[in-house]
Amino acid sequence: MPELGKYAEAVLSSYAVSLVLLIALVVFSWRRSVRVKNALKDVERKRKSDA
Amino acid sequence: MASLWEYANPKKFIDTTDKVLPWVSVLAVLCLATGLIWGFFFTPDDFRQGSTVKIIYLHVPSALMAINAWIMMLVASLIWVVRRHHVSALAARAAAPVGVVMTVIALATGAIWGQPMWGTWWAWDPRLTSFLILFLFYLGYIALWEAIENDDTAADLTSILCIVGSVFALLSRYAVLFWNQGLHQGASLSLDKEENVADVFYFPLLVCIAGFVFLFIALVFLRTQTEIRARRMRALLARDRMEA
Repeated sequence: MPELGKYAEAVLSSYAVSLVLLIALVVFSWRRSVRVKNALKDVERKRKSDA
Repeated sequence: MASLWEYANPKKFIDTTDKVLPWVSVLAVLCLATGLIWGFFFTPDDFRQGSTVKIIYLHVPSALMAINAWIMMLVASLIWVVRRHHVSALAARAAAPVGVVMTVIALATGAIWGQPMWGTWWAWDPRLTSFLILFLFYLGYIALWEAIENDDTAADLTSILCIVGSVFALLSRYAVLFWNQGLHQGASLSLDKEENVADVFYFPLLVCIAGFVFLFIALVFLRTQTEIRARRMRALLARDRMEA
């Protein structure tokens, strides 16, 4: 760990806020992608079986 | 050679981005990990800013992407307005949440850096104010997409909002030059060697910027695919309802 001195709180909180936001964005985007892909597959499968 | 407009076909867009997405994602992770570890652990403190200079590796790339995301949305919106390609409108929609997160990171890290350096979390400085307005435009843009049921009408109205908001995207980039006042310093990256940050900070910063760019591209590809699929699902369900 580098010596951050009296600014340690500012530096660490900047990294914490940014990384949490970036990871949340990636996870949310990925989960929604999987959810919508599966939902579309279900709709298409249902339409095919109805036809 | 394939025309760019071929990618306006949703299936072609999904097939192509499916192949590219893993590579762009790997590049994003590699560049971000390298740049942030290099910047955080292996660069010295600045003689004036102390260790807060390490915030530059998050603040500058996120601020750059916040502005450039809006410019990308502007180009996509103009393509929608002129050529009516759905993929372009959906790509603009997909980019907005990524842009808003970049804007929040830039505002938050700027405030956290400003408190010890300027003695205040916030100042009504031209660049900061135009950036805050850009953030509000992002929220308005996302809210407008959610508020309108018809996709084409939503794309039309959000395109107009995007064109208007691009004034603030450009203002937040050039506000320092226009007004030459306020607390915010000039650009950290410049072709002028005198104005540019020192090399020891510059190279890890470039790697971080590359990481943010790749992350943005990867997320926009993934989210545009999702929007295309969601739109197709809405269309199929609407057709089913009409037939029932």
